Amino acid sequence: MADWDWQVFCKDTIEGEVIPRCFGGGGDITYLDWMLSAWGWTLSVSLLSLAVAIVFGSLMGILRTTPNRGLVFLGNAWTELFRNIPLLVQIVLWYHVVPAFIPALRGVPSFLLVVAALGLFTSARISEQVRAGIQSLPRGQRMAGLAMGFTLPQTYRFILLPMAFRIIIPPLTSESMNIVKNSSVAFAVSIAELTLFAMQAQEETARGIEIYLAVTGLYFISAFAINRIMHFIEGRVSVPGLIAAGGK
Amino acid sequence: MPMIEIKNVGKWYGDFNVLADCTTQVEKGEVIVVCGPSGSGKSTLIKCVNGLEPFQKGEILVNGTSVGAPGTNLSRLRSHVGMVFQHFELFPHMSITENLTIGQVKVLGRGKEEARDKGLKLLDRVGLKAHAHKFPGQLSGGQQQRVAIARALAMDPICMLFDEPTSALDPEMINEVLDVMVQLAKEGMTMMCVTHEMGFARKVANRVIFMDHGRIVEDADKDEFFGTPRSDRAQQFLAKILNH
Amino acid sequence: MLDLNLDFAFLTPDVISGYIVKGFVFSLQLTLVAMLGGIVLGTLLALMRLSSKPWLVMPAAAYVNTMRSIPLVMVILWFFLLIPLLSGRPLGAEMSAMITFTLFEAAYYSEIMRAGIQSIPKGQVAAGYALGMTYGQTMREVVLPQAFRNMLPVLLTQTIILFQDTSLVYAIGAYDLLKGFEIAGKNFNRPVETYLVAAAIYFVICFSLSMLVKKLQVRIAIIR
Repeated sequence: MADWDWQVFCKDTIEGEVIPRCFGGGGDITYLDWMLSAWGWTLSVSLLSLAVAIVFGSLMGILRTTPNRGLVFLGNAWTELFRNIPLLVQIVLWYHVVPAFIPALRGVPSFLLVVAALGLFTSARISEQVRAGIQSLPRGQRMAGLAMGFTLPQTYRFILLPMAFRIIIPPLTSESMNIVKNSSVAFAVSIAELTLFAMQAQEETARGIEIYLAVTGLYFISAFAINRIMHFIEGRVSVPGLIAAGGK
Repeated sequence: MPMIEIKNVGKWYGDFNVLADCTTQVEKGEVIVVCGPSGSGKSTLIKCVNGLEPFQKGEILVNGTSVGAPGTNLSRLRSHVGMVFQHFELFPHMSITENLTIGQVKVLGRGKEEARDKGLKLLDRVGLKAHAHKFPGQLSGGQQQRVAIARALAMDPICMLFDEPTSALDPEMINEVLDVMVQLAKEGMTMMCVTHEMGFARKVANRVIFMDHGRIVEDADKDEFFGTPRSDRAQQFLAKILNH
Repeated sequence: MLDLNLDFAFLTPDVISGYIVKGFVFSLQLTLVAMLGGIVLGTLLALMRLSSKPWLVMPAAAYVNTMRSIPLVMVILWFFLLIPLLSGRPLGAEMSAMITFTLFEAAYYSEIMRAGIQSIPKGQVAAGYALGMTYGQTMREVVLPQAFRNMLPVLLTQTIILFQDTSLVYAIGAYDLLKGFEIAGKNFNRPVETYLVAAAIYFVICFSLSMLVKKLQVRIAIIR
């Protein structure tokens, strides 16, 4: 353990020879090339899943606060379903089971199936936050909106949601960071992301510590970058005098 | 030897001087009342007496033991200095009986039976025997404070500290607590009470201390304090308190 | 459009006891060990972080923050790699998982206990001290029981998440509930059915536990 061998990243993935510039060329790739491409997959899975999660999570969270019992039930059922099955099992379901039922999905790349799985899994948690955010607003706000003659959707669009989303930015931030961490579960269905890279490169090179350190570092950087972006957004949309829950 | 001796005590929060050169003493069997506007340092001073608040300058002796000295066993000292808090601070996860026995058992090492008997006797004394099995949350504020006094007495204290014992109570409950305190004073307990209850002071106090901006401005016999003119600030304060 | 062709008949009692029970027992074992160990360790970490001594605060904070920013799968891989290097002998995937989950969950439980301890009014500590209790007695008798009771629903919710996360021992090939189903599915060539049943079992367990937590939350709110 005493001696490091960081040159492992400059090695060709096939012959295992060190390539001087560390980046391969002409069809050869080094472990560094592979790792950077894996990082790209991690970020793509994370960001697309986050988009899916925010869309479905917001929708379901909103449904759960409406006066319509059927919609509330739909939102609750959605949330409980996707919250109470382990992410790994959900990914496996999307990969092995859903295409077996729906032949149209059989040609879909597994990357998109993982995005669906991670996105919907996270949507359950975002739905909780959106519901809590809306319910934390004073009840008078909804009544004031309706009293002005807004329809219910208008009341949500112009009054409740703009405030609720500002309030839930801090929990949304940690959920966005979670999604990067959770994207690691995609290794199980052979998405070429960072964790799968770590497992395979460790096996091929026997330099596990160097590989794991680099991969762990990239996860740190990704989560930190998301954290900064969310803080930037939080600052841009903050309303003077309105104290958001859990503010700085 | 006085029971409590406070000598030139000074305390700072950063640059803010909370206590400045405070000196006074409480003799055995004496009852003294400490009053003053909010932020005057009176609560801080009484918490220095049993070491709940540290202080940077001066010395406090309780029954001859120095509170601030590094070698002092603070837990042992506190175990025989009773304290009653503004917000009662009964332990909400324990029944009234458990509240009364926990200190006796864990700190004094008494047997459970003995502690229980002692606790119930004192509970009877504050008029709450029927509530022994309940939890603090099921009692009114006045009842909780009486239990808190019984809890302190169960440790057989050599003196008692009261930190605004009635200021968190609804007006109709104040007297039930004061009655217990008056009774205690008449039995000869040494008491240091931070309170604005001037009726209580008139009835049982030997001396009254008035504090302002971290200083002891007035330290006089009861009759002197309520009778002859003194510092302007004490007069203004008394006028405000007594006029309503 | 739907192509339903399911057959659960192969899941006989023999198959269940042969493939599933072993994995299920391990998943439960792992959850219990990591919960108990994690809560004890997490409480210690929380007390360290809330102490006034920087040499206790800093290592505890560093530990908790590091654990919380690494994906669990990576932590599992790290420990699986490091434990044999440090101890000099391989420990096996199951044992490695127990150690990993205990140390990993401690970081999450510690944040919960820290919030719980901080929610107890300062006066309670003062009252403990005023009775002559030591720091240890005040924590043990006064603060921790209240913090623990207040945080019980959150601790249990974390345990449900922990139970779900135990499926990630897949990364090092430990034999857990999911693995049992996977192997059965492969051997009988019925992967779709086995994954469906596995999902249903996880769902039933986690859903009923979370309903229990909700009830508990209401009860605790009443007592307070």
